[in-house]
Amino acid sequence: MANFYTDNPDLKHHLTHPLMEKIVALKERNYTDAEKYDYAPLNYEDAQDSYDKVLEIVGEICGDIIAPNAESVDHDGPSVADGRVTYAPATQENLEACRKAGLMGMAMPRRYGGLNFPITPYIMAADIVSRADTGFENLWGLQDCAETIYEFADEEQKQKFIPRVCQGETMSMDLTEPDAGSDLQSVMLKATEQPDGTWLLNGVKRFITNGDADIHLVLARSEAGTKDGRGLSMFIYDKRDGGVNVRRIENKMGIKGSPTCELTYKNAKAVLCGNRRMGLIKYVMALMNGARLGIAAQSVGVSELAYREALAYARDRKQFGKAIIEFPAVYEMLSVMKAKLDATRSLLYECARNVDVYKIYDDIAKERSLTPEERKESKRYSRMADALTPLAKGMGSEYCNQNAYDCIQIHGGSGFMKDYACERLYRDARITSIYEGTTQLQVVAAIRHVTTGTYLNLIHDYQAVEVKPELQALKDKLAAMTETYSKAVEKVTAVEDAAYGDFMARRLVEMAGVTIMSYLLLLDANRNESFTRSAEVYSNLAQAEVTKHSEFINSFNPSEVGLYKVD
Amino acid sequence: MSLNIIVLAKQVPDTRNVGKDAMKEDGTINRAALPAIFNPEDLNALEQALRLKDANPGSTVTLLTMGLPRASEIIREAIYRGADTGIVLTDRVLGGADTLATSYSLAQAVRKFGSYDIILGGRQAIDGDTAQVGPQIAEKLGIPQVTYAEEILDLKDGYVTVKRRLENGVETVKAPLPCVVTVNGSAAPCRPRNAMRVQKYKYAASPSEAAKLSDDRKALLEKRPYLNLQEWSAAYVDADPSQIGLPGSPTKVKAIENVVFTAKDCRVLDGSDAAIEDLVKELIVNHTIG
Repeated sequence: MANFYTDNPDLKHHLTHPLMEKIVALKERNYTDAEKYDYAPLNYEDAQDSYDKVLEIVGEICGDIIAPNAESVDHDGPSVADGRVTYAPATQENLEACRKAGLMGMAMPRRYGGLNFPITPYIMAADIVSRADTGFENLWGLQDCAETIYEFADEEQKQKFIPRVCQGETMSMDLTEPDAGSDLQSVMLKATEQPDGTWLLNGVKRFITNGDADIHLVLARSEAGTKDGRGLSMFIYDKRDGGVNVRRIENKMGIKGSPTCELTYKNAKAVLCGNRRMGLIKYVMALMNGARLGIAAQSVGVSELAYREALAYARDRKQFGKAIIEFPAVYEMLSVMKAKLDATRSLLYECARNVDVYKIYDDIAKERSLTPEERKESKRYSRMADALTPLAKGMGSEYCNQNAYDCIQIHGGSGFMKDYACERLYRDARITSIYEGTTQLQVVAAIRHVTTGTYLNLIHDYQAVEVKPELQALKDKLAAMTETYSKAVEKVTAVEDAAYGDFMARRLVEMAGVTIMSYLLLLDANRNESFTRSAEVYSNLAQAEVTKHSEFINSFNPSEVGLYKVD
Repeated sequence: MSLNIIVLAKQVPDTRNVGKDAMKEDGTINRAALPAIFNPEDLNALEQALRLKDANPGSTVTLLTMGLPRASEIIREAIYRGADTGIVLTDRVLGGADTLATSYSLAQAVRKFGSYDIILGGRQAIDGDTAQVGPQIAEKLGIPQVTYAEEILDLKDGYVTVKRRLENGVETVKAPLPCVVTVNGSAAPCRPRNAMRVQKYKYAASPSEAAKLSDDRKALLEKRPYLNLQEWSAAYVDADPSQIGLPGSPTKVKAIENVVFTAKDCRVLDGSDAAIEDLVKELIVNHTIG
């Protein structure tokens, strides 16, 4: 009888952020859908009440079904026979519960059978599901792919595929190939156009999550003879048409319930999604941004469970005549875990809100032209979303790994055994900093926002907010931190040496990340005093990190980069 | 084939989370201290009903409950999970009913439906644990009953085939329709609330709830007729005043005691039939069993 939504008041704090009122009004077009759909909200309060009630369902399913199933899912895993994947029995039970509860296609418009949720409450559901079972979040979260169909496919395709997703059919995004991982420009899967306008796909894909999905988005080379990203297009493959088989599934370290497939395409019929040649440069980029936000949510869910498991154990375990939570070495670890969890969650929802605003404006722009103010606003939010997504994914995934590590540490020898959930969590966490772009690639995506000043501008926006008197000292501390960051940026960018710039990029991005998260926690504490402790604890950690990086940068001679070069 | 399915349900205090203040000094239940929930086995019954509806498109599932006006909470809960509508049988004169009076009142309500194909209910409610109401309703209506059902295997040609969970195994029985089936807690758990249905029906209200609502909400009830839940009174179901409520209840609670087992001694038997028989006799004599 656990509920992973109602047992965590932090979620509601983020759900009711002041910006949500604007987001929901835009998303609901000032609540005009209520005339057409009997389940559409009548006003903002009604919409919030609906999100609350639906997240309560998510929390209940997660607490009562998905979390208790996680151990057996991890143990049994999926299997493959005759080219088809069979999920573990408990995975099937999880999926069935989500389908019956109508939690598929949550963010899709009502006219296709979706719930028309903004990204923020949808991402909150992902956060909750991940806490219950990290690997199941992948299967459930792939409903995200419907967003790409909604944004770029033609109306006929939307009407054909989106309602099926809302009814519970699963999706996959088939991008990676044996020789095209981080470098997707090298994708070779061949797409050949047929006289009737459909396409035939031939080739191999690898590491495809949920590769036996009902509906696939496939990146393939439509322009014979090309070798770069401009020769790639996006296709939709319907499993009902046949032609794609699962050759094998990977034996993985973690998220074992989610089948990772090697796929063979033999004259698999598919339809073109959007325009030719735009597959990688436009659609995959959009798809990836959505997926990265999903992984950021997954990471926060992992951090949440890691903290809870560690806390429960530390309260229960007695050594030297008292509970180990009473020892400073242990309670410091716990407080830092909580601070990292709270920091990344604040960043996650800040990012989600920015994504919401610009995506809704994009959608409105399909119905009417935006006013100049709206266009300007949309552009600003889009830029912030673009800047915050790699931070949320990069830092969120690194922190969840650290939290999973500390969770085991607090369990001591018991944590190394298979008896506690923390060992599964440790294995599950590991992939988050790798897939949908490694942390190193998140740095590549984020660094331009360091050099162009997006992050600094954002920080200045946060600085402009008046805080309660008791938080002023903390705010001053963050101002000093910002100054250190800003000086480090100046120092690095003054040197015209690409290798040096790349070498320092991660340090600068992390400095920006920890500073932004410190500010977000300050603002959370300003709105809700339960965040004050995490804001304080996190700012100590952030200040140490910023100082460390600054020290490294200041004492580093750019010519030393060569010292690190390995042949 | 479309079916008319009635699900009997009860709103009960959550006895699974009993705190110190669960009982009042006079031995009666302190309802204020216990959250009111959907009786667990009635949810199992609802799931069986919803499966019948899934298999027989066009069927309707109606929840019938007797209780305080607030029992409309479980009707909304059932609608969120897939039931079509529900009725609260509520009336001051129905208060204080034992199982006999309750089953009479509910049987009268069922009669008011006119036609129905099958009545499902939980085996028993967690506040009384009698398991009497379902069977008594069947008796009063003069229709067959199948108790301890774990799964409805089939429903066709005027018969329902039911798997029963008994102490030492399972039994599969067939009964003519209409009939009453009471469902065991070992049956499939009820499906979750559905996100779309929750949003559609969250403002559903009974007349007594509607009376307390704002004008906006009242207007919404008028605009969307499906949001109006029904309440039936004792008079509406033509109940005989002498057979309902306290007057219709021969069961009288004399006192409720909190029994704490204190005996800690144990006796080792030699395992012979005679020794076991002696013990059983002793336990019968001192009224521990039997």
